This record gives sequence, C-alpha cells and structure tokens, in this order.
Amino acid sequence: MSFWTRHQIFEKNSIILIVGILAVIAIGGLVEITPLFYLKSTIEVVDGIRPYTPLELTGRNIYLREGCYLCHSQMIRPLRDEVERYGHFSLAAESMYDHPFQWGSKRTGPDLARVGAKYSDDWHVTHLTNPRAIVPQSVMPGYPFLAETEVDPDTIADHLRTNRAVGVPYSDDQIANAVADLKAQADPDNPGADAFAKRYPKAVVRNFDGKAGMPTEMDALIAYLQMLGTLVDFKLYNEKANLR
Amino acid sequence: MSPNAKTMTTGESGLTVFFVLAAFVCMIGAAKAVDAPFAFHASLGAVASLAAAFAILNRYFDRPLSLPVQEINGRPNYNMGPIKFASVMAMFWGIAGFTVGLLIACQLAWPVLNFDLPWTSFGRLRPLHTSAVIFAFGGNVLIATSFYVVQKTSRVRLAGDLAPWFVVLGYNFFILIAGTGYLLGVTQSKEYAEPEWYADLWLTIVWVTYLLVFLMTLVKRKEPHIFVANWFYLAFIVTIAVLHLGNNPAVPVSVFGSKSYIVWAGVQDAMFQWWYGHNAVGFFLTAGFLAIMYYFIPKRAERPIYSYRLSIIHFWALIFLYIWAGPHHLHYTALPDWAQTLGMTFSIMLWMPSWGGMINGLMTLSGAWDKLRTDPVLRMLVVSVAFYGMSTFEGPMMSIKVVNSLSHYTDWTIGHVHSGALGWVGFVSFGALYCLVPWLWDRKGLYSLKLVNWHFWIATMGIVLYISAMWVSGILQGLMWRAYTSLGFLEYSFIETVEAMHPFYIIRAAGGALFLIGSLIMAYNLWMTVHASEAEVQSPVALQPAE
Repeated sequence: MSFWTRHQIFEKNSIILIVGILAVIAIGGLVEITPLFYLKSTIEVVDGIRPYTPLELTGRNIYLREGCYLCHSQMIRPLRDEVERYGHFSLAAESMYDHPFQWGSKRTGPDLARVGAKYSDDWHVTHLTNPRAIVPQSVMPGYPFLAETEVDPDTIADHLRTNRAVGVPYSDDQIANAVADLKAQADPDNPGADAFAKRYPKAVVRNFDGKAGMPTEMDALIAYLQMLGTLVDFKLYNEKANLR
Repeated sequence: MSPNAKTMTTGESGLTVFFVLAAFVCMIGAAKAVDAPFAFHASLGAVASLAAAFAILNRYFDRPLSLPVQEINGRPNYNMGPIKFASVMAMFWGIAGFTVGLLIACQLAWPVLNFDLPWTSFGRLRPLHTSAVIFAFGGNVLIATSFYVVQKTSRVRLAGDLAPWFVVLGYNFFILIAGTGYLLGVTQSKEYAEPEWYADLWLTIVWVTYLLVFLMTLVKRKEPHIFVANWFYLAFIVTIAVLHLGNNPAVPVSVFGSKSYIVWAGVQDAMFQWWYGHNAVGFFLTAGFLAIMYYFIPKRAERPIYSYRLSIIHFWALIFLYIWAGPHHLHYTALPDWAQTLGMTFSIMLWMPSWGGMINGLMTLSGAWDKLRTDPVLRMLVVSVAFYGMSTFEGPMMSIKVVNSLSHYTDWTIGHVHSGALGWVGFVSFGALYCLVPWLWDRKGLYSLKLVNWHFWIATMGIVLYISAMWVSGILQGLMWRAYTSLGFLEYSFIETVEAMHPFYIIRAAGGALFLIGSLIMAYNLWMTVHASEAEVQSPVALQPAE
C-alpha cells in the first residue's frame, strides 16, 4: 500500500484527522516552551530584583491600559548601538515578576527598559501632558487626564494578593500595608515613608507629580517609569556567571 | 399529550434556561461591579442574554411543528441563515477596521488627531484596529466560508439547530465586548490577545461550539472523503482553541472586575505570547484562508486542484512547521538562544510548504489563465495567492537573525504584516465574499463586475503604496539607529529617526485610504447584488429562508 493510499485513513475519518492534527501541532510548542520552566540557565541569578511597589504596580497597570507597549519596547538587545543608546542589554531576570511581560515589538518611540532616573519627574509630567512641549518632533499622544485622576487605593491589596497567587513573592507585611505604602511613596513627609523604604529596597519616595493630596495616575505612572531598569546594579553584576 | 403537539427540543429549552441564568449572573455582575467597564460589559451581557432567550422562545412559537428537515427531494437542505449573517458582519467589521486603521495611520503622521482623550489615543485604538480586521472581519469570513464549504463538500445540512446561530451571534458579541473594552482601557496587553478574562471565557464557549458544529457536520457527511479545504478549516479551529487556552490563563483580581493577572511571567510569558501570536498568523490568517483558496479558486476557475498529493504534503508540513516559528519574534531578546535558533530554523523551513501551497493554488489555473482577463473576482483570488507567496518569502527572510537585527522594532514588520493582511487575507476574503453573496442570496451574478475591477485596482494601488512606504521607512530607521559617525559616536538621536518617518507615514495613510475606498465600493456592489440584482432561477432545492 502506498503512502498516498495509507493517507486515506485521515481523509475518511474525521476523528482520526483531528487527533492527527493535535499530535502534529503539539510537538513544536512542547519542545520550545516546556524547558523554559525547568532549565536553570533560562533566568539569570541577580541581586536587586524585587516585586513592584503598590504605586509602581498601579503605574504599570496604567502603562498597560494606555497601550504604551504598542510603541515602546522594554527589551534592549545585546547589539553595540542599542547598548550605547539605552544601556546594558536586558536580562530575563529583570522581567521575572512581570505579569504580563512588556518586552514590546515596535519602537515608534524609544526603548524604555532603562528609562528610570534618566529624566526628572518634572520632565515626565510635562512630557506626558504634552509631549510636543518638550520634544517638538514627537508623535506621542498627550495624556493630560492622568494628572487629574486620583488612583483608587481600595483594591490595591487585592492586586498584590492576585500577584502572589500567580507567583510574585509579596510578603504578608507588604500586602497588609499596601494602602499605606501606596500613599507613602508619593509623599516624602508621610510618617510611613521609612517603613515603606524598608519593605521595598531601592524604591524612590518622591512627590512625582508635584501636587499635594492623594497620588494621581501621573504619580503612579512616573513612579513606574522612574524605577525601570534601576534594580540591578551592573557594576556588581557578574556577566560570566550568567552567560546565556 | 397529542402526537401533533409542538414540543420544545432539548436545545431550545436548554439554551433558554442557559440564557436566563446567564442574564441573572450578568445582572449580579453589573450590580456588584468594582469598575465601570465591567458594569457596562455585564449589562451588555444581561441585555444580550435576555434578547437571546426571547429570540429562542419567539422562534419556537412561530415555527411549524417540526424543525427544518435534513433533506428535500433527496438533496441536502443547506442551512444558509447564519452564513448570510456572518457575511454581512464581515463586510461591516471590515469597513470599521479599515477606517480605524486609517485613523491611527493618520495619528502617526499628525499626532494632534489623538485629541489628548483616553478613548481616542493610539494606544487604545491600535488593538481595536488589529482585532477588528483580524478577528472581526477575518473571523466572520472564516466562519461564513467554513460553514458554507463544509456543508457543500459534505453534502449535508449543517449540524445543530440553534448551535450555528449561537456561534455566529456569540462570536460577534465577543467582538463587541473586546472592542468596547479596548476603548475603555480594558486590556491584558498581550498583542492580538488583548481581551480580558471574561471575554476569553466567553470566546472559549463559543469556539468549542464552533468546533463541534464543524466536526459533527463532517461526521455525518455523505461524501466518503473529507475535502481538502476542510482539513485546513479543522486545523485552524482546533489549533486556535489550543493557542487561546495556552496563552490566556489569568487570575482576576475580583470576579466582579475587569482586571486580571496572567499566570505566566517574563520570559515564559513572552514565549507563550509569540507561540500564540505567530500561530494566530499561521492558523487564523493562513490555514483558515488557505481553506478558502482550496475551495473558491477551483470553484471559480472551474478547474480541479492542481495536485492532490501536493495538498497532502502542504497540509501536514505547514501545520507541523508553523508551530515552531514563534521565537523569531524574540531574536536577541532575553529568550534563551537555543529557542531563538529553533524558531529561526523552522521559520526558514516554513518557506517550502508555503510556496508549495502557493504553487498548488496558482497552478489550479492551468488551462484557465484566460479567465484572469475577464473575471476580476478570479483575478483578486489569484493575486491574493501571489501576495501570499511574497509575504511567505519575506517572512522567513526576516526571521534570519542578522536580517531581524535590522528589521525588528521597525516599520518593516508593519509593512510585512500588511502585505500579508491586505494582499493575501484581504483579497482572498474579498474574492470569497464576491463569490458567496450571489450564491447565498440566489442571484445570477454580481451587480457589477466593473465595480469589482475598480475595487481591485484601487486596493492594489493602496497596498503597493502601503508596503513600499513601510519598507523604506523601516529599513531607513533601522539603518539610522545603528549609524555611527567617523569618530565612533551614534550619528542620530532617536527623535531624528522619528522625524525621518513623517513622509512615509503620510504615504502609508494614503495607501490605507485607497484600500478603504475599495472596500466601500465592494460594500455598495454587494448591497446592490442582494437588492437590485436579477434572481437566480429557482433551484430545485427549496432553500430554508433566512431565520
């Protein structure tokens, strides 16, 4: 019986055909995805990576909501020009707590993986409100409404808890103080600021939008942008130990 | 109970109960919602569920004692109502999606068009554009043609009574939830999988029903062989289900809120995303539309498929190789090198089945090439296959790591996608709809072939403008990013490379406008075909009227 005759078993039996399809499409995905969960070399061992603070996480959700990832990548490739333009190439470890990842696929605007601490908070406030006030050739939309919208503190603990459910190591302490921490990070005079800084090493406490009162979405988004790429100290990072 | 008493079928009573319960759950959801978009969507769900329950009961009271029969005079009594609905929705969403595409293209040329409002900014409209054209336009075309082809080539009525209607209406309701969600900022930010957890759950129910309707129609077929097009449709439906389930598992923050967190993180999430993303291209935009090619081109050209054996090789090689190609979206990223290399290798190999399929489609015209001169619909179908060949050459080339280091993150990718989306998916869909509408509405032919000709040439001009503008802007920007001065400094700041894109963004928008104009001509032509064209002589089979 020739191959072509044998193939008729698929052509004449819909259930065998569907089983055949499932078997054939399963192979590639299984081979490429499964090892990423157990090969130790997949994610580097680095110091400094921590979960997002409540304010940063809120800012990150605004980044998602507004579709920033559609024009800004967060993934610096190990190519000479990118490393010179943006900084050290991105490590897998730097997005290990990202649900979902934000590597992006298009650079209509520049990469943001290490935008943290590159510009002042004032610059960000002006730029987000009206990009062309600072960069005349920019094609970015303006987001003036961010400064006028206060963040909602009520659900932030639930957000941390949900993140813990999907594997982000938030402690009980961090979840219990989520609301206080959310407010403290945008208010240097807040009595809880010291306790906050202990819970989230390297987190910056500043009044990001320069306005008093409850943190706004502008505070949150800038808090997120200002921490991007700042967690790993590349002076201490041992590349050889983590060759990929 | 007298033997002539009308009784509800299990499907009718079961679905009525299901929708009443769904309406109840949605009302609770709306009342307890923690955010406004969720309340809005839950309310939409409640209204749609009540309308569905009412429609089922209404049909029950109006219908004769028995359900539509399977055969009339020994010939299958085909079920065309849901197909008509999906065809109309395809045209509607197509125009909506192209319009939003034109708007966001203009926003990149003139950013003032973002209006500084949340609902009109590029970041929210772009997913609306991609979902409207891929899933709303493309999806309705696929559902319509698959339901048509599977009935005709199996010579049986579509399986299920209410199920086909549940599929087309439920799918379009999913589109409504997804689209309004994007405008309100509801997104899980995974490209081409942006809808949030509750929309994903609903789509899962609809898609499994779609699979069952299709499969059960195949199971009860009267033809010994399953026609080639149906292999591709089946692979498309099954694989999209697998991809959807793999990419989207998420834990909602509150069951009464729209926000969820995806269970995958970082590098694994990236791999899942592009395993999904590339195979949305491979199975939704390729396998599904290849099925259209395998039915509509032979039908329109009145020639058999060029090689049956080639279609067997084409089918298995394509679905086996495509699944591996995802990592080429992640070259030089933090994804391990071994995965990138696998992705690149399989992407290059994928060139072969792709061109095998193209050859099979084109050579079907052997002995009928003269029809390209006289039949603009066939021309559209054939040119779509040519575009398919072009973008499936470009794709493997761009998956080579050194090429990708230049092309990635630039407009070259956008141009590549659109040569496939406008040229291949768009044209093959237009061709199929031009065939399908006269068949469905029993017309002798289209209202005007001349208008099809106009559509063809205007849209082709639009595509050429679009993709050549994006080639130039993409390669230009890629080269500018890596340009060095003689002193060893980066030559251009980022914003200088943005400024250089401006003229090409205008040309691209012009191309998109031409494509949109073409589709408006098409909509007019199809409208007139249904409403003003001469009716086909009554076929011996009494078709079921639209329900």
